Amino acid sequence: MAHIQLKNISKTFGNHIALAGLNLDIADGEFFVLLGETGAGKTTTLRMVAGLEKPTEGQVFIDGVDVANWGAAERDVALVLQQYSLYPRYTVRENLEFPLKPKIRRIEPDEIKTRVDRVARTLRIEHLLDRKTDRLSGGEMQRVSIGRAIVRKPRVFLMDEPLSALDAKLREALRTELKNIQMNLGQTFLFVTHDQIEAMSMGDKVGVLNHGRIVQTGTPYEIYNNPRDTYVASFVGSPPMNLIDGKLVDNRAVMAPLNFELPLPVGARTIGATDGRPLVFGIRPEDVYLESGAPVEARVHDVENHGVEKILTLRVGDAMLRATVPARTDVEIEQPVRFAWNPDKVVLFDKGSGVSLRHAG
Amino acid sequence: MAAVTTSTERSLNKLAIVGVLIVTMIFLAPIYWIASTAFKPRNLATTIPPTVLFQPEISPFVKLFTKRSQLRTAPTPEQYAAAPWWERLVFDGGEKVVRSGRGEVQWSGYPNRFMNSLIVAITSTVLAVGMGTFTAYGFSRFKIKGEQDLLFFILSTRMLPPVVVAIPMFLMYRVVGLNDTHWGLIILYTAFNLSFSVWLMKGFMDEIPKEYEEAALVDGYTRMEAFFKIVLPEAATGIAATAVFCFITAWNEYAFALIMTNRRAQTAPPFIPSQVGSGLSDWTVIAAGTFLFLLPVAIFTFLLRNHLLRGMSFGAIRK
Repeated sequence: MAHIQLKNISKTFGNHIALAGLNLDIADGEFFVLLGETGAGKTTTLRMVAGLEKPTEGQVFIDGVDVANWGAAERDVALVLQQYSLYPRYTVRENLEFPLKPKIRRIEPDEIKTRVDRVARTLRIEHLLDRKTDRLSGGEMQRVSIGRAIVRKPRVFLMDEPLSALDAKLREALRTELKNIQMNLGQTFLFVTHDQIEAMSMGDKVGVLNHGRIVQTGTPYEIYNNPRDTYVASFVGSPPMNLIDGKLVDNRAVMAPLNFELPLPVGARTIGATDGRPLVFGIRPEDVYLESGAPVEARVHDVENHGVEKILTLRVGDAMLRATVPARTDVEIEQPVRFAWNPDKVVLFDKGSGVSLRHAG
Repeated sequence: MAAVTTSTERSLNKLAIVGVLIVTMIFLAPIYWIASTAFKPRNLATTIPPTVLFQPEISPFVKLFTKRSQLRTAPTPEQYAAAPWWERLVFDGGEKVVRSGRGEVQWSGYPNRFMNSLIVAITSTVLAVGMGTFTAYGFSRFKIKGEQDLLFFILSTRMLPPVVVAIPMFLMYRVVGLNDTHWGLIILYTAFNLSFSVWLMKGFMDEIPKEYEEAALVDGYTRMEAFFKIVLPEAATGIAATAVFCFITAWNEYAFALIMTNRRAQTAPPFIPSQVGSGLSDWTVIAAGTFLFLLPVAIFTFLLRNHLLRGMSFGAIRK
C-alpha cells in the first residue's frame, strides 16, 4: 500500500513538452483515474511513477520518500498495459510466475505455486494455466496480465488503458471485475484512460489531464457536476455538456448571437456574473427538457435512440444543443419543439478563460 | 467461399510448377556438377560430353586427405596386397601415398585448412553477431547522442571495396605479427561483418516492443536479466538470419585469406585452387575438396531454415 505524490513534475522530449508542472496526490488505497486525450501526458505520468522515465523537473514520492534514484525494480509497482503486456513464448503459468522469480525477491517454489494458483482462481483462469499466451483471446490476455500484477502484491498498481483494446461487452465486465479486485485488495491503483465512462464508473478520484497539466481533480460527481472549465465540461460526459455563448441580463441568460433567453438561478449574480459580462453557459443534456409551454423554440435536427433514452440534437438558429429525453418521447426530425433547462444545473464559465465562475471565485 | 478451380487455373498451376522445376534445376546444376565430379574416377572427370552415369568412387576423397606422389613403377603384388583398401585406390590411380620413415601416412594440407576455416568462420561469426546484437540493442533502446551519425559511420565501413585496403592491412598485420594467424583473420572477418550485423540486428530489435523488457524491469529484473530472458529469445530469428549471412561471408572469403595467410592459418578457399597447379590437375580431388567445403554452410543454413524464412520477411513478424 502506498501514498503517491507527484510534485511539480515537468517532462520534455526534445522540443515536445509532455508534462508541465504536474501535481498529483493519490491517497493510500485509492482508485485514482487519470483521464485525458491521447497525447495529454497520461502514459508519461504513469511511466514516471513506475521509474521507466525520469522527470525533467520535479519529484515523485512514494510513501513520503523521494524515489528519484530508485529503479523500476526497487519501486515495487506493478504495471498493466493495453498490449504487449504478456511475455510471448511463455505459458500463462510462466507469465504469472515470472514476477515472483527475480533474484531480489527470493520466494520459495512452493510459495510461488500457491500464489499463482490463488490468483488463477481469483481471476478464473485456472483452465488457461498451461496455455501459451498467443492462444489466448484479448479478454483472457488482459485477465492474465492483471493476474501478473496481483500475484506480486506490489505497493501500487499502475494500469495503462488495460481495457481499451477489448470489445465493449468484455470491457464492461472487466471494469466491474477490476473495481472489485481493487476493493478486495485495498491497494492504491493509478489507472490511465481516455474513456470518460471508465473514469466515472471506476475512480474514487479522477484527475483530468490536458496538455501536460492537471485541469481538475475530484470525485467523479464533482468532475461531472462542477467542471472546472469548458475543457472538462466538454470532455466528460456522453454526450458532453452543451456550451452556449451568451451574457447575463437581469438574471436571465441571453444567448448571443442567437437571442434566446432562459432563466437563471437566483444566486448566479453572487458568484461574479455581472450584467453584460461575456459568458459561456454550460448545461448537461439531461438537464435540457422538452415542454409544450417552454420559452425557446427549436427544431429536431437528429434523433439517436439509445434504448433507455433518446439523445436529441436540437437546432436553434445555427446552434446545436443536445438533450437527453426519455425513450417514450415521440419526436421526428425537423419537428418544431419547445425546450427549457433546469436553471439550478447551469454552470457559468468565463468566456475568455473558460474557467467556471464557481472555481474562479 | 469454396475454392473453385477452373481447368485454366489448373493448367496454369502445372505450368508454374514446371517453371519452378526448371529454375531449380538451373540453380542446382553447378552443385550437381561438383558433387558428381567428386565421386568420379579421374578419367571420367573431363570427358566431353560429360559423363552422367558412372560407378561412384571414393578415391577422390582419399586423395584429398593424403599426400601422394607419382608411381614410377607399378606396385608389386605383395605391396598391393599389404596395402589397406584406401591405399589401393591410390595405387589404381598410378600414385602412391607418401609415408614417413616410420611408415606413418602423410596427410595432405586439406584437413588443416578445413579446420582453419571452421575456427575462423565460427569465431568471427560469434563475435560479429554477439557484438552486433548488443550494439543494436543499445542503438534501438537508448537515446544516444549523434545516433544517426554513428550508425552511418558504422555503415560507411562497408562502402569501400574490401580489397582496396588489402595491402595496407597486410603491412599493418606484418608489423603487429598478425600475418598468418587465426586471430588475424578472425579480427578481419569480424570487422567486415560487424556493420552488417549491427544494421540487421537493429532492424530486428526495433521490431521487438520495448514494453516486454519494461514489464520485466518493473517486475524486478535488472536490464541485463531482462535482455537475456526476454529480448534475446525474441531476437532469435534475427540472430539466426544474421549469423547465417556472417558465416557465409567469412566462410567464402578468398582475397584476404590468400594475402594474409600461407600455411598455419590458411583457410580452405585459397587452398583448394592452389592444388590445381601442383602436378597434374586432378579435378576430382578439387571437386571433392569443394564438395566438403560446401557442406558446413548447407548444414548450418538447413538447421536455421525456419528462422531464416521468417528473418527474410522481417517487418512482417507477428506481434
